[in-house]
Amino acid sequence: MADKSLIGKTGKPFKMQVDWSKVREFARAIKDSDPLYFDPELAKKELGGIPVPVTFLQSSAFWMESGSSPGFGGFNPQRILHGEQEFELLRPIFVGDTLTGVTKIADVYEKEGGRGGKMTFLVTEIEYTNQKGEKVAIARSTLIETGQAVKA
Amino acid sequence: MAKKLKFESVKPGDEIPKFEVTGLSRGDFVRYAGASGDFVPLHYDQTFVEMAGIPTVFAQGMFTAGLLSKALTDYVGIGNVRQFKVRFATRVWPNDTVTCMGKITNKLERDGEKQIEGDLIVLNQKGEPAIRGSFRAAVA
Repeated sequence: MADKSLIGKTGKPFKMQVDWSKVREFARAIKDSDPLYFDPELAKKELGGIPVPVTFLQSSAFWMESGSSPGFGGFNPQRILHGEQEFELLRPIFVGDTLTGVTKIADVYEKEGGRGGKMTFLVTEIEYTNQKGEKVAIARSTLIETGQAVKA
Repeated sequence: MAKKLKFESVKPGDEIPKFEVTGLSRGDFVRYAGASGDFVPLHYDQTFVEMAGIPTVFAQGMFTAGLLSKALTDYVGIGNVRQFKVRFATRVWPNDTVTCMGKITNKLERDGEKQIEGDLIVLNQKGEPAIRGSFRAAVA
């Protein structure tokens, strides 16, 4: 059942330090050897700081604590798929920044699915603000709960 | 690099140079798990996936999305992506080859910037889409 009462629920704000070793590790993991991630002098000259990969905010998982998530109500974790992911990048994020993230449940809705029966969609948004109070990014995830256990 | 495309020199239909990764390995998924903090065991634990009735581990969707984002930033320049969206389709398995591609669909002005929009796709070696996506990026 799509529990609309979840919409608007927020988690506790969490801090995320943008650490160079983590940025390098992430860039390597996605097979991106661009020198801007690895050469601080070049990055400073070209961009004003060491940038982060487009999907780097995925690693906020390391900074979340219990309470950072608003909770998904009765959603069954055995039946949840990651359907979509979106990043709106509003301002540059650099190594050395301290971000504050707040997770919100943006939407809950239902659709008739194919193989998995009725599907419930849960859209979460994490809004990130930097140490200057500027809104830098929104990470939007669509999670899908299928009506039956998901088959390979 | 921090290059910027020129608004005048790009047009709808222009293609992002392909980024192909051959022979993905379990090690690639493990490395991404460590980098991202996504420790869902479906992506590295063979015993776990067999118990779940799945033949072998498969890639994190966001790992494949990361490869796609690299193809995009190689084209538009790091620091210029304003929006990046992916929808996951078929799974990516060890030994698969994936090809990340995209093309420009629109030119616009927004937030006082010249920008482009486009579609993105990742195909496996059978030509099946693993990811469909879209982007918006700043150009000079």
